[in-house]
Amino acid sequence: MQYLLMIYVNGAQMATMSADARQQMSEDYAAFTRDIVASGHFKGGERLQPQASATTVRVQNGKTLMTDGPFVETREQLAGYYVIEARDLDEAVSIAARIPNASSGAIEVRPIALMDEAQLRAYGRAS
Amino acid sequence: MAAPPDSAAIEAVYRGEAGRVLATLIRLLGDFELAEEGAQDAFAAALERWPRDGISQNPRAWLVNVGRNRAIDRLRRRISLRGKLRLLAAEPPDAPQPAQSWGNDEDIPDDRLRLIFTCCHPALAMESRVALTLRVVCGLEIAQIARAFLIGETALAQRLVRAKAKIRDAGIPYEVPERAILGERLAGVLAVIYLVFTEGYAPTFGDEPVKPQLCEEAIHLARLLDALLPDEADVEGLLALMLLHAARLDGRAGADGELLLLEEQDRSRWNRARIEEGRRLVATALRRPAIPGPYAVQAAIAALHAEAADFAATDWRQIAGLYQVLLRLQPSPVVELNAAAALSMVEGPARALHLVDALAARGALAGYWPLAAARADLLRRLGRLEESRIAYGEAIALARFAPERRLLERRLGALGSISPSRSAPETASG
Repeated sequence: MQYLLMIYVNGAQMATMSADARQQMSEDYAAFTRDIVASGHFKGGERLQPQASATTVRVQNGKTLMTDGPFVETREQLAGYYVIEARDLDEAVSIAARIPNASSGAIEVRPIALMDEAQLRAYGRAS
Repeated sequence: MAAPPDSAAIEAVYRGEAGRVLATLIRLLGDFELAEEGAQDAFAAALERWPRDGISQNPRAWLVNVGRNRAIDRLRRRISLRGKLRLLAAEPPDAPQPAQSWGNDEDIPDDRLRLIFTCCHPALAMESRVALTLRVVCGLEIAQIARAFLIGETALAQRLVRAKAKIRDAGIPYEVPERAILGERLAGVLAVIYLVFTEGYAPTFGDEPVKPQLCEEAIHLARLLDALLPDEADVEGLLALMLLHAARLDGRAGADGELLLLEEQDRSRWNRARIEEGRRLVATALRRPAIPGPYAVQAAIAALHAEAADFAATDWRQIAGLYQVLLRLQPSPVVELNAAAALSMVEGPARALHLVDALAARGALAGYWPLAAARADLLRRLGRLEESRIAYGEAIALARFAPERRLLERRLGALGSISPSRSAPETASG
């Protein structure tokens, strides 16, 4: 199965991190990512720009409306994600628990509804 | 051939096998709902066939084979209805191979342990774990569970559907956890079982003072767990604890239905067989090499109460010592309160009152009537009758059940007639 691991962090806490702590965090992420690439669990993942850079889009009566900011304003903000391949939820949770921000923020683990071959073709995504 | 079996005989066979058949069907089909439908179909088929052909020599294998085949039929119909035969290929790897079937009951592994761990998985909400375990592992009807936990049947049915969907969609494994996390997961399973027991022993929902059926289901679950996962001290400890408490359930109320204090109970009404079994289990649990867990320590305390010939013969010194051990293992304000009550029987009420007052000042047990009742009792024993009366009044105002209130009123009434002296503490349950 594939899982989306959403990394939620406290924005205020992140803003007050020292340069050293930032450097350490970055090294921890590099080490974690190398590990799950090597073990074959890694499918993808990126860090996101801060929540303040978000724009929310809606189409109403054919008009595109934009609002500044995220869809839901929360203290814990989505800071990045991984997509992983895991045997089951237990394995996904054990990987999520190793994400450096798991101890200061929270990781939401969401199973991905994978498409089968026919669906992939229908969506123009067949390889 | 013997006389054809009647439906009662068939139902008895089914009841004996239902749990294992369902657990195995879930493993084979990878889907709770489909497995439950298959199990129902298999039972219906047995009711039709067995009166004619006799009960199968291997009823478990028969029910599993029929249940799986019927489930696959259902799956095929569902898929062809949607014109999506290819979905069959996307079913879990263990899935439906109708050709393979079992001849002997003994060839089918017991899948109930993995079923218990899946139903008690920590990714499910606690109330879902309890409901799912009672429904799927114990086979309780939805109406029975709904009544016990004071929830509507529709709401409960929806909760079960959601829980089963999460198991399927989130990939909650249908497996006994690996050694590294087994201890932690087992603790979670035991917490579910103990929650079922305490809701039976000291209900927090509804108006019944006791729900014996929940106590029995919890004991049944712990026995099953002990059989499937032998030599686990925590399982033995919990089973012992529940047996020792349940053994004394019958003595808790007098002939008129009134709650009795431990010192007032007719100990001949206690269930000796259960007390013996509980004592044996707690001794076994305490002999195991690991540090004793909180259940085993509580069971040891319950055993000391249960084996005392009468209230005066209770080994309070050892009980007070065990409460100190329990406080280190599992510190909580309720344990502190019980520890203070036990200490009052060794060192007298003055020191215990000091501890209870300090506990009350921290506010952690605000609104908990046993705290006020314990203070009232200690004050009574110290001859401070006026303060004792006030504390009993507080306890009465906080008690939720009528029998508890009547017990406290009875104690309050007795205050007028006694002279200050050293007498026994009041513990309603021990």
